[in-house]
Amino acid sequence: MKWLITFFSSSIGKKLLMSLTGLFLILFLVVHLIGNLQLLKDDGGEAFNTYAYMMAHNPLIKIVAYGNYFFIILHAFVGISITLYNRGAKGQKYAVSKSNKTTWASKNMALLGTLILAFTFIHMGDFWFKMKFTNELATVSYEGFPVVKDLFTRVSTAFSQLWIVAVYLIGMLVLSFHLWHGFQSAFQTLGLSHKKYTPLIHNVGKAYAILIPLGFAIIPIWYFFFKSM
Amino acid sequence: MSAEMNLKIKIWRQKNSKTSGSFETYPVVANEHMSFLEMLDVLNEDLISQKKEPIVFEHDCREGICGACSLVINGQPHGPNSGTTTCQLHMRFFKDGDIIVVEPYRASAFPVLKDVAVDRSAFDRIMQAGGYISVNAGQAPDGNAIPIEKGRAGQSFEAAACIGCGACVAACPNGSAMLFTSAKIAHLGHLPQGVVEADKRAQAMVAQMDKEGFGMCSNVGACEAECPKEIKLENIAFMNRSYLKAVFSGEEV
Amino acid sequence: MANPCFTQIHPTCIPVSGEYQSKLTLMSESLRNDGRVWVPKKKEDAQAIQQGKLKGVNIKEEDRDYNLERRYPAFGNLVPRDVASRAAKVECDKGHGVSPTGLAVFLDFSDAILRYGKIEANKKGLTNLSNEQIIALGEEVVSAKYGNLFEMYEKITGENPYKEPMKIYPAVHYTMGGVWVDYNLETNVPGLFALGECNFSDHGANRLGASALMQGLADGYFVIPYTIGTFLANEISTPKIKNDLPEFLEAEKATKVLIDKLLNTKGNQSVESFHRRLGKIMWEYCGMARNEAGLIKGRQMIRELRAEFYNDVFVPGSNDEFNPELEKAIRVADLLEHGELMMVDALNRNESCGGHFREESVTEDGEAMRKDSEYAYVAAWEWNETEPILHKEPLIFENVELKTRSYK
Repeated sequence: MKWLITFFSSSIGKKLLMSLTGLFLILFLVVHLIGNLQLLKDDGGEAFNTYAYMMAHNPLIKIVAYGNYFFIILHAFVGISITLYNRGAKGQKYAVSKSNKTTWASKNMALLGTLILAFTFIHMGDFWFKMKFTNELATVSYEGFPVVKDLFTRVSTAFSQLWIVAVYLIGMLVLSFHLWHGFQSAFQTLGLSHKKYTPLIHNVGKAYAILIPLGFAIIPIWYFFFKSM
Repeated sequence: MSAEMNLKIKIWRQKNSKTSGSFETYPVVANEHMSFLEMLDVLNEDLISQKKEPIVFEHDCREGICGACSLVINGQPHGPNSGTTTCQLHMRFFKDGDIIVVEPYRASAFPVLKDVAVDRSAFDRIMQAGGYISVNAGQAPDGNAIPIEKGRAGQSFEAAACIGCGACVAACPNGSAMLFTSAKIAHLGHLPQGVVEADKRAQAMVAQMDKEGFGMCSNVGACEAECPKEIKLENIAFMNRSYLKAVFSGEEV
Repeated sequence: MANPCFTQIHPTCIPVSGEYQSKLTLMSESLRNDGRVWVPKKKEDAQAIQQGKLKGVNIKEEDRDYNLERRYPAFGNLVPRDVASRAAKVECDKGHGVSPTGLAVFLDFSDAILRYGKIEANKKGLTNLSNEQIIALGEEVVSAKYGNLFEMYEKITGENPYKEPMKIYPAVHYTMGGVWVDYNLETNVPGLFALGECNFSDHGANRLGASALMQGLADGYFVIPYTIGTFLANEISTPKIKNDLPEFLEAEKATKVLIDKLLNTKGNQSVESFHRRLGKIMWEYCGMARNEAGLIKGRQMIRELRAEFYNDVFVPGSNDEFNPELEKAIRVADLLEHGELMMVDALNRNESCGGHFREESVTEDGEAMRKDSEYAYVAAWEWNETEPILHKEPLIFENVELKTRSYK
């Protein structure tokens, strides 16, 4: 298996890790958004809370969740190590810098990624951690679900505070930039480039980079401006 | 008659690879018909007449085909025009009174030799690692007997336009040599004679590229934007495919 | 060094624009397939163009002298390079040149553009087109054929060759002469082989377009793989040659002496200035048309220049660092000998043959006249500071007859 180690130590091998973990996270975001849009349902939180309960107790989901945590950490770790290596590889900077046909996002992925990582810690601290490891959340009952933690109320409480809303909106903006470059970059790294479908990948990627973060951003905006708790 | 242009050239001076360098600014009188390197020649003749050391810069064919010339002019390798090498850049693209900043290519794998000349032998070593076809390809009739689709031959030809100047490395914020290495891998790998050793070539050249200390690609695209021969990013995708195929299904361990 | 005087001057180069120029860019020969070479018939028109008061497009058709078509009806603009080059020089020497220096002729595509435009219009079945529309169609065709060449011309001169005639002038392009080699491509130094343009062996006295590549391929692909084996076979038991042999040490010492001499002269003139002066002497006295008096004078000038070089050159920097000026100086030192040898060879060969044109050896209508009975040999020279030594290698034609070219 030495060849695998050689491979993952190579530049292209490391980039493959970034691409694959990135694509996994892109898929994860879609699933996460769909689940979370239930927060907008006007049913006192039954749909969302029962969904959250099922996610936390389904064995398959739990395995995927561990994979998710691992891939986030791997993506961040490899990304940062590549960035530090590249700084050394570049060496001295130019006195005059001129950007030509390159996006700001593509040149600042590590910064954006680090901000997303920080946001993720905040986000998971607000909700996932409180739910899993504390008794702070109240419990409710629904038909078929005797004891369910009321994550819905926790969310709506959090999003009635302006500064938390602000953090989430900034987080989504940062995510948008990161995806603007990351989506199509993942395909290029895999070598999936062809004049037949690469323009489509670029367009889908840009649409994704706008719609997914926007979709997430709607939730705190909805709660802060339209619902009061 | 061409009007005189009075310019200030702010250029990097460095005695050798072991010393640190700094910028010096010199006045020079040029005209619109001069090429950029001819303007530097005029500056050098001025310096020599003052018994000072002239600026060392690399050049050879002076017509855009050899890949020797290598300056970063106002932040862009080979200057402001696309598809143009430094030696093809003419002074009519600057104005009287301009201050022009001239720097060497920056990358740890391209150490500065002197002033604005850098050591690009890393590229030679990447080529030595696999940028060739070592099977007996026969004579011209043998080559002509193998059918090849014109578009494919065209892709190989476009990749073969790479002159190995290193502007891609200079432009890349990561100091990556992927565009160069991929151009060489693609130029050979698109052709039937090159397919034979494709796996071995991809692995060997990528390994050497990494060993030289070039950075890792993050698909920024600055390389394609600055390449004087307009080599495309799709060559990098080709190289990624070739490498992945070689690692996961090639015979070489 | 064999036949050094056989140098080729290419007729279509972009003319000189200034003293600082490091090279003249070649416009491809293929342009002469469609371009028409002309100069103004009237000297006043030419002078007005030189001073920028008039442009080529302003000259009426009847005032244009299509000199190649006039002198060589059969081949017109497609005469070989040496013929076209000399023809351009003749017109410019008479004062009909069209650039500020007076050294340029026009290469005009306006007729070709119109012709192609009409052909396209016919092909597409379009009638009643305006002149501008026909021209637009024609420009498309020309762009498909020569687009990159026209772009290059515009990049370098800033003039648009679709709208104005190109200006071109002959410039030195190629050397048919070179290092002497035998039929196995081995020089007179055993084990040293010379291939491609640097040797003299493939082209004789003249070279047609696109065949420089031929020389590289013929030598490298078809000859040397089969001839180098003969030499290597005899060396199979020779071990690696050490660099403490007396011959090596002597050569190394000679080089060090030269380098030290160049660095320590610490004169007042740059290497570049000597190079330019040498170039001017060569172009003037050993250029397109050579004569006895000029060659003798040119040779003497080079000898004096060489002496001045070793007395007064300034090479900055030192020997223990990357020093392009030193490299240049060593090259110019070589060129100062090579240039003289070219003059000597040109003087010795008192006939006009291929790229070597002696004004004393012309036919009645000014064309090159060969003297096969006297000069059918390869002039292989052995350098000697006082007087180079000539070794004649006779040329014996067994299967072809020597003929004279005619482009009329």
